[in-house]
Amino acid sequence: MAVKKFVVGYFEDEPELFAGVKKIRSAGYKIHDVYTPMPIHGLDKAMGLRDTSLHTAGFIYGITGTTTALSGIGWIFNADWPINFGGKSHFDLPAWIPITFELTVLFSAVGMVMTFCYLCNLAPFVRKHHFNLRSTDDQFTVVLELTAKSNEGEVQAFLASIGAKGINTQVAESGWWLGRYDKDKTPIGTSLA
Amino acid sequence: MASLRYESQVRPALVEGQKGYHEVTEDIVRPIEATPSRAWWIGFLISVGLLIFGIISVTHEVIFGVGQWNLNRTIGWGWDITNFVWWVGIGHAGTLISAILLLFRQGWRTGVNRAAEAMTIFAVMCAGQFPIWHMGRVWMAFFVMPYPNTRGPLWVNFNSPLLWDVFAISTYFTVSLLFWYSGLLPDLATVRDRAKLKWRKLFYGLTSFGWTGSAKHWQRHEALSLVLAGLSTPLVLSVHTIVSFDFATSVIPGWHTTIFPPYFVAGAIFSGFAMVQTLLLVTRKVLSLEEYITLEHIEVMNKVIVLTGSIVGVAYLTELFIAWYGQNPFENWAFMQNRVNIFSPYGWSYYLMMGCNVLSPQIFWFRKMRRNITVTFFMSVIVNIGMWFERFVIIVTSIYRDYLPSSWSTYYRPTIWEIGFYMGTFGLFFTCYFLFSKFFPVIAIAEIKHILKKSGAIYKEKMDGIEKVSVEEFASEHAHVHEHAPHAAH
Repeated sequence: MAVKKFVVGYFEDEPELFAGVKKIRSAGYKIHDVYTPMPIHGLDKAMGLRDTSLHTAGFIYGITGTTTALSGIGWIFNADWPINFGGKSHFDLPAWIPITFELTVLFSAVGMVMTFCYLCNLAPFVRKHHFNLRSTDDQFTVVLELTAKSNEGEVQAFLASIGAKGINTQVAESGWWLGRYDKDKTPIGTSLA
Repeated sequence: MASLRYESQVRPALVEGQKGYHEVTEDIVRPIEATPSRAWWIGFLISVGLLIFGIISVTHEVIFGVGQWNLNRTIGWGWDITNFVWWVGIGHAGTLISAILLLFRQGWRTGVNRAAEAMTIFAVMCAGQFPIWHMGRVWMAFFVMPYPNTRGPLWVNFNSPLLWDVFAISTYFTVSLLFWYSGLLPDLATVRDRAKLKWRKLFYGLTSFGWTGSAKHWQRHEALSLVLAGLSTPLVLSVHTIVSFDFATSVIPGWHTTIFPPYFVAGAIFSGFAMVQTLLLVTRKVLSLEEYITLEHIEVMNKVIVLTGSIVGVAYLTELFIAWYGQNPFENWAFMQNRVNIFSPYGWSYYLMMGCNVLSPQIFWFRKMRRNITVTFFMSVIVNIGMWFERFVIIVTSIYRDYLPSSWSTYYRPTIWEIGFYMGTFGLFFTCYFLFSKFFPVIAIAEIKHILKKSGAIYKEKMDGIEKVSVEEFASEHAHVHEHAPHAAH
């Protein structure tokens, strides 16, 4: 990921954040991201983020589980090794319901969590630049990306005018890298210009 | 409309005191950052001691065989399966609180869900020990997994409730763990970002997976939580249903009952909530979290206890009635002679079960009792004693006198190794819980912040004015706000 320049500011509560995000978007600045201590319903819409398709992924994983269970048990009891359980049917669908259900849930849950971690780049040893450490505590941080066209002083002044606090400019890697949080090092390949 | 979030004054505050977001973080993270107290060390060391006792008992059993337990021809399932069902039952409250109550939008779950989910995971870990070590030749335990093998291939029996149980419990454990841990990520990041010590930065840096709190990540996190809750809801109900199938699909009088699934699920929720009470009453006191786990939370859980206790009571009476009404002599014998007859060898356990599970929780019809901490703590222990005896009654009194009187068992008493194994799972459970309460936030920080401005005492007070104003007045007063500064959110 590229090293970029960002203007960072924070709001103290949700209503100010919503109003701020709205003003930033109508002024035409590019929001890099917003970092909040808790989920805020409606913020994604306010920022213009599209809906997540994680549900759909979960559904696909789920039916994969269903299919795996039914085809697996069906093959084992009918083709691979048909055991006679007191003359009962080899294709004993009602008796397979519990395992089919459990595998559906298992596949769906495991698949979704793994997809979630993959999409959000979450894993041990994954390290990211944190614009404001208090944004996991009580501050609602807004990060604007500086482009070739935008002027740093102007963006800072704009953030101040809409009520943001603690405004500063940071040069940062926008993606993630491997590292440890006890070692405060800049990622490899970063040139702080 | 974040600024206009409103909750009726009828609903009591879920977070007491003058709290802002930062105070919430401070209060919940404080026990993690403080040195463990003497009480913590004493409790922890006792738990480790019990765990060691358990390990010795299990080792003894593995070396000398299952014969070291007092199981015999008729009582093949004694203490160990009783303990298994008991622990699985306890492991039901956590996911119920976090999943079903999330779907029902119950705000009070936020104060107790994290600890309850942790308790669920530890309880299922304890439960799993019993069937595994009961196998005797435990090094063959992987035979329960279906995989192509060189023994035929000899597959497991997918039509057997015992195998359903393997799938149910392992799925339940995995999904509960994922649900719990994905909820923990943001809170671990909160601890990481406050950390001053090197090891703490490292530990919480690793465990929080690089969480930043990005808006997109929160959006996905919310979607994940909701779908996991949707998946866990039928899962919770299925697990104890399937455990009850272990008994209900057999032809043993006393087990062969269609009422078992709902009766087991109600019993599981009953005992699970009791265990949550036991743990949280101590936790809130020791970690000074009374403002987050309030009397309100305790009262709500006591309501669940009296409801599920009564459901269990109805189930006991129904199966008793059907045993008489059904006119099956074997079923009738199992109930009337082996259970109801107080002079029969195990008659006492039936009355102990009835007293603890059905009669004693009725005390919670009184609000004063529901809000009394001493009574609640005492009752939570009583309920779990009762629920242990329920499983003991179901298992032992149904099988100790089978169809052949010549093989009727002598009085079954556990050996020291059976008791040691049971005590050992207490050791495992509490060791895990003590470590959890020291190193992890016992309350979901982000979720508390989410409900804070709606259900926090200080914000509810501010809403007092709104309560007194009529709808028309309120609308006309706030109408101009919308004209000039419309919110993007809706």
